[in-house]
Amino acid sequence: MAPATAAPRAPAKENGKAEATIEPVLVVSGLRAYFQTSSFGVEREVRAVDDISFHVGANEIYGLAGESSSGKTTLIKTVAGAIRPPLRVLSGSVVFDFRGRRVSVYDSDPQVMDEIRWKHLSYIMQGSMNVLNPVRRVRHSFVDFAFRHIGRKMPEFMDIVRTHLQRLHLTPAVLDAYPHQLSGGMRQRVTIALATVCRPEFIIADEPTTALDVIVQNGVLAMLRDVQREIRSSIIFVTHDMAVHANLCDRLGIMYAGRLVEEGRTADVFKAPKHPYTAHLIASLPRIGYVAARKGLEGTPPNLADPPSGCRFHPRCPLAADICRRQAPPMTWSSPGHRVACFAAATGSAQ
Amino acid sequence: MTPPLLEVREVVKAYSMGSVLSRHRIRAVEGVSFTMKAERPEIFTIIGESGSGKTTLARMILNTVSPTAGTIRFRGTDLSKIWRGRDRLAFMRGVQPIFQNPFDAFNPLKQIDRYLFTTARRMAGLRTVKEIEDRADQALKKVGLSLVEIRGRFPHELSGGQLQRIAIARALISTPALIVADEPVSMIDASLRMSIVNLLRNLRDEMGVSIIYITHDLATAYYISDRIIIMRKGRVVEGGDARAVLDNPQHPYSIQLKQAVLSPDAAGSGGALLSAGLVESQAELGELT
Amino acid sequence: MSRVLRDLFRYNREFAIGIVLLAFVLLISAASFVSPYPPNDSFVVPPDLPPSWPYILGTTSRGQDVFWLLTFAIRNTLLFGFTVALLSRILSLVIGLVAGYAGGLVDRVLMSINDTFIVIPLFPILVLFYFVMRDRMSWALLALAMSCLGWAYDARLIRSVAMSLRTREFTETSIFSGMSMRQILVEEHLPYVLPIVFSTTMNNINWSIGLEVTLSVLGFTDINTPTIGVLIYWANQHTALVAGVWWWILFPVMLVIITFVGLFLLAVSMNEYIDPRSRLSRVGG
Repeated sequence: MAPATAAPRAPAKENGKAEATIEPVLVVSGLRAYFQTSSFGVEREVRAVDDISFHVGANEIYGLAGESSSGKTTLIKTVAGAIRPPLRVLSGSVVFDFRGRRVSVYDSDPQVMDEIRWKHLSYIMQGSMNVLNPVRRVRHSFVDFAFRHIGRKMPEFMDIVRTHLQRLHLTPAVLDAYPHQLSGGMRQRVTIALATVCRPEFIIADEPTTALDVIVQNGVLAMLRDVQREIRSSIIFVTHDMAVHANLCDRLGIMYAGRLVEEGRTADVFKAPKHPYTAHLIASLPRIGYVAARKGLEGTPPNLADPPSGCRFHPRCPLAADICRRQAPPMTWSSPGHRVACFAAATGSAQ
Repeated sequence: MTPPLLEVREVVKAYSMGSVLSRHRIRAVEGVSFTMKAERPEIFTIIGESGSGKTTLARMILNTVSPTAGTIRFRGTDLSKIWRGRDRLAFMRGVQPIFQNPFDAFNPLKQIDRYLFTTARRMAGLRTVKEIEDRADQALKKVGLSLVEIRGRFPHELSGGQLQRIAIARALISTPALIVADEPVSMIDASLRMSIVNLLRNLRDEMGVSIIYITHDLATAYYISDRIIIMRKGRVVEGGDARAVLDNPQHPYSIQLKQAVLSPDAAGSGGALLSAGLVESQAELGELT
Repeated sequence: MSRVLRDLFRYNREFAIGIVLLAFVLLISAASFVSPYPPNDSFVVPPDLPPSWPYILGTTSRGQDVFWLLTFAIRNTLLFGFTVALLSRILSLVIGLVAGYAGGLVDRVLMSINDTFIVIPLFPILVLFYFVMRDRMSWALLALAMSCLGWAYDARLIRSVAMSLRTREFTETSIFSGMSMRQILVEEHLPYVLPIVFSTTMNNINWSIGLEVTLSVLGFTDINTPTIGVLIYWANQHTALVAGVWWWILFPVMLVIITFVGLFLLAVSMNEYIDPRSRLSRVGG
């Protein structure tokens, strides 16, 4: 059994003075979500989210980084309450605090969750076509998702939508376009507008710019950042692209094989990574202007149906010691606001 | 004098789109020319975003798509003159592809070693089981794997990095002079990406294989390329020595492209590097309405 | 394969019921080999006896034992269904795979033939066929005619799958590994379309049996080879229902329904088993 992870219910106290003002909007503690399937006699259990605790503060962009099969997508699905069998939540809690209104995702009625979606909690996904109805004009998507939450009469509602689009530097002409008439970047901008028109306190963004070209991606990220600053909501931003995290996020959590291995302020994580995995990930990023040889990480990503014992990174870790094979390292605070799950990091730096 | 390894001259590819009534032609590639010398192996990089025609160009070099106009010569042979099966095999022996999605590069229902064995039998002309297995093992050793590790395995049992290495090993079996790699690392996990990029560099340095590296990622392009061309809407906007072009781009598009690359060094800057980037959306709506 | 069948039998009730029903039908048709009477001999038993020992399903007005006659009829009917399914599957596989892989002109030619077969009305053609052939009409000829008419829909289905396989990267890998077109179609693409073929086979057998029964009942086939349809045809000729010889009609109809239901259940359960989502949860993705 893994030792109990240090899961600060009130992180402000431990974080020191710098972040004492941040009240968490989302507190996730001890969350476990597994895929459990049984089909024609074959039983499988995939531990996609395994004992994860973190919080996201108000007016903060929290980045979640990880490779494929790190469980990051499953984590945010679980946070959003959008789970379906075979994915099941085994333990832990997800609690939102929408300006005083506390909602625990796994203790609330489905009705409460329905009411909260889009109004307080919204999503931006990679495939914008999942949100925009491909056979109807963009206008209808806005009506379908947001009209009943805003609670105004139709002409007034459309005015709100138009003003919102203009604030995001989009012409209201997009309302009369069909999704296929817009380019990928434009569609993603419209999706962001759609997700923010109700001024939600919390936004979940799952790889929203991964399919976009570099130049377009830049613009979409800038827009997301601007709208976040304006409506002062919190965002969980998921991507595998570390360069995007570096430029967008206030704090960053690194996932590996279903667990959170490191978390801290983005600048701290990039300047002084504590976990060997993070350190490697950052060191291996190629940069224009540098040609010095950079190494890839040896070994293979773990199989979540049969994860390694102890620390799940140990088969690929250059610092692996005996204890890493036997015990899972707990999350410990290495400095204010920066925590890491690594035995080696507790004694010295990963670098 | 030996003919150049690859000579691409004024190549155009146009596709017909639309219905019978509103037929229009889209030019995916428009007048691209470059030459790769046979004497010195190099990594030649084609940079472009989606819709730039870089993949169409790669397909024409692989001779799976034929150009609408212009010629492509591989070691002096015009690709459009390859008709007979035997000539096709000879061409494929010299030019081999590596694809973007390693999870789809091998049939998920088949054991992966069969592609190595088939290539050894058909492309390298080996006969006995021993020769074939030895050749496959040699190729796998060059990419840091061995036959023992992958014999009888199915693609879903291996990681993206391993699969891409196997794809490279398979391409190496016929001892090609040119490898066309279309976005070979864009779907590989970050922790494994650099080892594949390094592998491509080793192919050039140690095995003398020339590589056409197609990518949208300027950072890895800077890291391994000798020469680059930057494509936009089917045309080459800028080309030359990789470091020179990327250090000091001249064409407005190249400059814009370089500026848009997010640097990890900006961590904590609060998005200072994110450009407003909103001009383009206004322009697009102008076209729309 | 045997493991797959075992798993299906154990965990899928539709499959189990379907197998039991079909096994029952096959057992009856196998009994024809030990029949005491040749199928075409009449007045070998007392006519018009209701079900009773030793004539458990009764006897016909022509002095035939319904049970033993039924064993021959269902054997011929099943054989007919299997033959049509097999021949039309081969046609649709070859045409679908080649059209999808080759594309271009080959595809256009094959698909225009295919579309012709889809739009021509089956029933009038088969009736016309009977009137042209008349006395030369035989069981095998009808099977051949029906397989020529039964491949078109599935060929289109297979073509669409083959077209998407053509664009997959592994097809390209196969080409650059030096595989021939035949090898790519048989070794790389066929495994993807076989599941479709399995489930459409069941439907195709049902379709051909149904059509054969319809044609036979109306007398548009070779009425001297006993099939389920021919049996009902003769019963109608002797106005069996009016004469109160209901067992002559009831038992053939029941048997053909059991066959239909059995095949249908097999098709349904196989569809579920080969469904990619269900397959993924078994092998892992």
